[in-house]
Amino acid sequence: MSPELIRLLVQATGDTLTMVALAASLGTLFGLPLGIFLATSRRGELLAAPIANAVLGFIVNATRSTPFIILVVAIIPFTRLIAGTSIGTLAATVPLTVAATPFLARLIEAAIREVDPGLVEAARAFGASPGQIIAKVLIPEALPGIVSGLTLAVVSLLGFSAMVGAVGGGGLGDLGIRYGYQRFRPEMMLAVVVVLVVLVQAVQTVGEGLARRLNRRIRQA
Amino acid sequence: MPSTIHSAEAVIRFESVSKTYAPRRNGAAVAALDGIDLAVPAGSILGIIGRSGAGKSTLIRLINGLERPSAGRVWVGDAEVSALRARELRALRARVGMIFQHFNLLSSRDAAGNVALPLEIAGWAPVAIRARVAELLDLVGLADQAGRYPAELSGGQKQRVGIARALATRPEVLLSDEATSALDPETTRSILALLARINRELGLTIVLITHEMSVIRAVADRVAVIEHGAIVEQGSAFDVFTRPQAEITRSLLAGEMGHGLPPALAARIGAGARPGATVVLRIAFEDAPDGTAILARLARDTGIEAAILAGTVDEIGGRPFGSLAIGLPPAPDVAARARAYLAQHGIDSQVLGYLPPAQEAFRVA
Repeated sequence: MSPELIRLLVQATGDTLTMVALAASLGTLFGLPLGIFLATSRRGELLAAPIANAVLGFIVNATRSTPFIILVVAIIPFTRLIAGTSIGTLAATVPLTVAATPFLARLIEAAIREVDPGLVEAARAFGASPGQIIAKVLIPEALPGIVSGLTLAVVSLLGFSAMVGAVGGGGLGDLGIRYGYQRFRPEMMLAVVVVLVVLVQAVQTVGEGLARRLNRRIRQA
Repeated sequence: MPSTIHSAEAVIRFESVSKTYAPRRNGAAVAALDGIDLAVPAGSILGIIGRSGAGKSTLIRLINGLERPSAGRVWVGDAEVSALRARELRALRARVGMIFQHFNLLSSRDAAGNVALPLEIAGWAPVAIRARVAELLDLVGLADQAGRYPAELSGGQKQRVGIARALATRPEVLLSDEATSALDPETTRSILALLARINRELGLTIVLITHEMSVIRAVADRVAVIEHGAIVEQGSAFDVFTRPQAEITRSLLAGEMGHGLPPALAARIGAGARPGATVVLRIAFEDAPDGTAILARLARDTGIEAAILAGTVDEIGGRPFGSLAIGLPPAPDVAARARAYLAQHGIDSQVLGYLPPAQEAFRVA
């Protein structure tokens, strides 16, 4: 590969990492409260608000069931509003975040639901308020599950980020399509795939390691 | 029978409390508790016993407001728990500690962190928390395990952490929800001994629910027996053990303290009286040396020679108590005469059944 292509590859990897990191961070920022709310707002629960729960649950499902490539196109006006443009790395972060938020919310919801209800009852018996129960019981106890969910989300985002390449989003997917596919350069395509595989492996290894460390004090007898 | 406690000295009071759960789809409403009246004297240990589903868990959860009554009132001290708002209820809960069957410790916190939780919730300063946690771990004998996580502790140690946590905010009342049901017999004994010591040393009132009579026998001063959501019998542990009135109490007592019979004997006993059958009686007496002598006196005064088939002499709440299964010779009026004699001497007897004539029931096994 020519130095020019290597430069392009490095640039695209950087763009992909930026997009994924931004989308994962923003997705967690929005997804954490959403996930907590979804997990605790059913009838008879801590923050019981069954109607709000049903509405948010529907929105989350609707967003998640929309194919990502359609979502990207469908929210172009929203993307322009936020990023000022619908083309490029920064703009691509918007649909990525929109896709990551409900995904993370469901994963976080599931992790919180796994927390033993007895722990919530104990905290209530000691006079904890709903806020204290969330901060001192639910989040710390669900943390290993949340970290596993985050790992899964980052891996999915790497795949999604390659897709935004198809609509002018920059990053590795963009490079693969424009140079590898449209200009018939299989070595470029291969290089892009190899980098993506390496990235996914790295994320998976780090995420699993972290989740295991958080879990060690829980499972190890 | 229900000994009345003046409500002034009671720290917990139930006044005609009922709890009904909303009906499930096209089903009837479920009554969990029905017309409960209960008074727990300050500094006592009350044991509430019943089979699973009898309403014990609901009853204990009404005390700290985890459940709300459908009717009636629940008082802790001068606070009407059933009428408190959320904020006041949270303040009350600092005065009522609770321990659980499955310990309910946070796996993400070590022993010290778990004990610190109620103090953090109550808004204590970190320095004060550290000092109090050390004191509490010392009290339950876990001073050297402060940094261990629940997964690294044994069941008994976990329950000790649970007890330390429940005592953190210096409550007046400790609720124990089947706290020893998940523990082996030896650990159960040590946890119950710890509860008894806390009751003695801190003057803490303890309400415990259990399905095991042995737990009641080990620590409770008073007993309430609950069945189908109603209290069917209550009184001092001694009275309930020695003179059980309700059928459910007898059945819970079976196997406990000589209330049951050895299996081989139980298999041979029939319910119907017939000529030549040996009458088997259970007698219960309070004062062991006197009690065992009663059989000798029975023989001397009435000529009826009873055989001891099974029995124990033990103590409940520090008072000696004996329970014997005896066989009486198969003569027509022997049982009636023996029971009359025993009753005259203040000893309760109960006909357990009849052994067929062929059995040689007169030899002590």
